[in-house]
Amino acid sequence: MINTDVLVIGAGPTGLFCAHQLGLIGLKCEVVDNLDKLGGQCIELYPDKPIYDIPGIPECTGEELTNQLIKQIKPFKTNFHLNERVEEVTKKDDKWLIITSKKKQFLTPNIVIAGGVGSFEPRKFSVKDSEIYEDKSIFYSIKDKSIFQGKDISIFGGGDSALDWAIELSKSSNVKLIHRRDEFRGAEASVKKVKELAKNGIIELHTQYQLDSVEGNGSINSINIKHEEGNIKTLKTNFLLGFFGLIMKLGPITNWGLNFDKKTIKVNTENFETNQKGIFAIGDICTYPGKLKLILSGFHEGALAARGCFKYARPDEKYRFEFTTTSKSLKNRLGVKE
Amino acid sequence: MSKITYIESSGKSHTVDVKNGLTVMEGAIQNDIPGIDADCGGGMSCATCHVYVKENWFDKLPKKEDGEDDMLDMAFEPNKFSRLSCQIIISDELEGLVVNVPAKQS
Repeated sequence: MINTDVLVIGAGPTGLFCAHQLGLIGLKCEVVDNLDKLGGQCIELYPDKPIYDIPGIPECTGEELTNQLIKQIKPFKTNFHLNERVEEVTKKDDKWLIITSKKKQFLTPNIVIAGGVGSFEPRKFSVKDSEIYEDKSIFYSIKDKSIFQGKDISIFGGGDSALDWAIELSKSSNVKLIHRRDEFRGAEASVKKVKELAKNGIIELHTQYQLDSVEGNGSINSINIKHEEGNIKTLKTNFLLGFFGLIMKLGPITNWGLNFDKKTIKVNTENFETNQKGIFAIGDICTYPGKLKLILSGFHEGALAARGCFKYARPDEKYRFEFTTTSKSLKNRLGVKE
Repeated sequence: MSKITYIESSGKSHTVDVKNGLTVMEGAIQNDIPGIDADCGGGMSCATCHVYVKENWFDKLPKKEDGEDDMLDMAFEPNKFSRLSCQIIISDELEGLVVNVPAKQS
């Protein structure tokens, strides 16, 4: 069990800057994110695309902004829990008990949800029974490649993950690569390699096909793939791998008793607290009259939510407003030498 | 203004006037048409505003830019008439455009 002043859900720009504001006012926070890296949408959706509306920064990319935010919170030695999704939130006396997908537990008076549009999760196959076979015959990421040895593997997708795994697994399994069009979007060298392996009969390539159905009993024996024009092929298949990138899903957040408006959480604009005492929501996931889904709004919301957390984390202390330019105690927390 | 028709997967049809210069995605969001999520807000980064353009309209649309097909690879059940609605900008030429909204976006 980890005791902390604040648990921040989401390590996008809003969550990261909120960690800064919390650190500055002397509160300890832990940050949980389902991605394997910091930065949220900035790093997953548009790491190379420029942003022009961060105050004081005329132009930067999603990756650059993320790196600067990480640098800015360095003094606070924040703990990050990546590849983990918050599953359960329950009231325990006057605190919140949080359980993650890795069964980690946190006890805290404050939760700040900076969850964006939801947590990033793999896009899945949508054919009948595909859920039944998940983690048995169907995988969206690979943890142990030894199970594929000598088997028939059908890999779906046109990006780097699909190509790289097709190349790698073709060394010891029968690989079929299926993609909905002739062009691949992965690295040029990998596309070339896959085409060469296909030419030499090492990989079976099926383009302009998509998954139509799976057949099996307990585990998959074969799959049917369908061409754009309608004809169907059956492929002997033991394992199915899908690499269609990530999608954002709200997930368990909707079960925590919060006041939702479509896919966003209603908050007050004084401290961005939700209808639940001690649960705050900031950034793209919150809504209030006049809400703008801008990073700069997320920064403001995080600053105010941090002050909101203070009163529950330090009920016997009075929050004192200070400037970083002049305050000795703030400079101490930042590790700035005078 | 151009009249754009969105047909839900259930068959329910919505015809709305959308201002020229907006995208087909924005037209859907502003008119609360279900089935178009547009999670990334029009950045061609998420493939959750996927639509099927009616066959007779597909070739009349401005061609896809680099990257749109890459994103469509990730869309739910794309076909050869698939487009990202955030990339279709409405103009007088598109008066009467009809798009089908997929059963889901992910």
